[in-house]
Amino acid sequence: MIPLLSVQGISKYYGAHIGCKDVSFDLYPGEVMGIVGESGSGKSTLLNCLAGHLPPDEGQVVFDTRTDGPRDTVTMSEPERRMLGRTDWAFVHQHARDGLRMGVSAGGNVGERLMAVGERNYGDIRGKATDWLERVEIDASRVDDRPITFSGGMQQRLQIARNLVTGPRLVFMDEPTGGLDVSVQARLLDLIRGLVRDMGLSAIMVTHDLAVVRLLADRLMVMKSGRVVEAGLTDQVLDDPQHAYSQLLVSSVLQV
Amino acid sequence: MTHDTEYNFAYLDEQTKRMIRRAILKGLAVPGYQVPFASREMPMPYGWGTGGVQVSAAVLMPQDTFKVIDQGADDTTNAVSIRSFFQRTAGVRTTTATSDASVIQTRHRIPEERLTEDQILVYQVPIPEPLRFLEPRESETRKMHSLEEYGLMHVKLYEDISRHGHIATSYAYPVKVEERYVMDPSPIPKFDNPKLGNMPAIQLFGAGREQRIYALPPYTSVISLDFEDHPFEASKADHPCGLCGAIDSYLDEVITDDQGGRLFVCSDTDYCENRRNAGHKGKDAA
Repeated sequence: MIPLLSVQGISKYYGAHIGCKDVSFDLYPGEVMGIVGESGSGKSTLLNCLAGHLPPDEGQVVFDTRTDGPRDTVTMSEPERRMLGRTDWAFVHQHARDGLRMGVSAGGNVGERLMAVGERNYGDIRGKATDWLERVEIDASRVDDRPITFSGGMQQRLQIARNLVTGPRLVFMDEPTGGLDVSVQARLLDLIRGLVRDMGLSAIMVTHDLAVVRLLADRLMVMKSGRVVEAGLTDQVLDDPQHAYSQLLVSSVLQV
Repeated sequence: MTHDTEYNFAYLDEQTKRMIRRAILKGLAVPGYQVPFASREMPMPYGWGTGGVQVSAAVLMPQDTFKVIDQGADDTTNAVSIRSFFQRTAGVRTTTATSDASVIQTRHRIPEERLTEDQILVYQVPIPEPLRFLEPRESETRKMHSLEEYGLMHVKLYEDISRHGHIATSYAYPVKVEERYVMDPSPIPKFDNPKLGNMPAIQLFGAGREQRIYALPPYTSVISLDFEDHPFEASKADHPCGLCGAIDSYLDEVITDDQGGRLFVCSDTDYCENRRNAGHKGKDAA
């Protein structure tokens, strides 16, 4: 089986400072990978390098494209990479405002990716947008409302709908549940889990919330100071952490 | 007004005109592409046509005949002052007759009369970037133009339909030039959009404050963007002209009293005048 995404030796430096160093892993279709670590450990840098938002200084990110098979997305041309970014890839930002157009209606937000890949039939676009709003549990009657009138949880769900409407195969998530209260978090996690399983999505999810990875991730990488210190199956890492930092991380979680 | 010979011909110095001509040539070579140029301070406020005036200054020749249109009319402040500006600084002949002019500077309208290959139409452009209000980052819109990512333009039209039930954008209606660049045709009514394409005259667009020039060479393909199920429509007020009775020209609505009285007249004053001189008469003509 060919990995959907094969990451080899990715490093990113900010001057003399290390962003992330020598990260390698394979992600297979249908798999969800969690990346955890404290603030400043290089999680988001890594995610941005993988998603093509930041150029890495070293290494390869090989993605199994639909048409041409495995391609290195770091060296591919910018138009190709941006095309991937609006078809096969999706990026869910921590703050919905970064991923949404706040001045455009919910339907327009969901429809943007469809129009970006060439859909030119208003009725079809609107139909798909409404359908997707319902799939993320937003009432279809709010299709013409602006996201500014939505609650934080709804904005985050709208952002997910907007990303998944073109049927991507790989979703990057940067702390998708950050800044939401726990009950809203739980609903969102439930929704994401359902969508990931139904659509057979692969996902790479950055978070510092171990409960989130426990629920969603098949595999886990623990990062510290830009390096991966431990990797393995989620339950294995969380229940039997080997590295001193992983042990600290797991033991830091408050038990209610 | 008399020709003031203290100024260089057409106000700008020769090096500046040369720089602007280079931008114009580049614009003509890449239709619809916004060419940056070093816009100069002009003796008028931004928003009054500083871009158009610089382009006109660069293309004017001593033997040219110059016409200025402001919202279709020859006799409004903007038109009168720009016309006298070039009378004074270039000493060129001026006219209000579309067919007599070799260079026409315009704001918000394309003349009703079909232009010819001997004419140049210069537009004043306030905001050259059609994606401006959707994507505020100039670095990003430039990238979108260069990579031909125009999905966002349709988001604007989508928003129109979802809010108003039809495409409510009625001026500055975005067009695609030669199947490549999306272009803002300046705030002309969308009624004029079909005239942009396949036009025999050269069309130049100057945005002074934004420092951009773009152009359409003669007989260029210009398509107004739309949806399959909401096609583009060149709309106008559904009336004949009150003065000349024309049914095919773009109309202004003039309020005549406070009893609800109104008059629809051609916005192109020269076109209306010619028709009246030829004996056409509308229902409101005295």
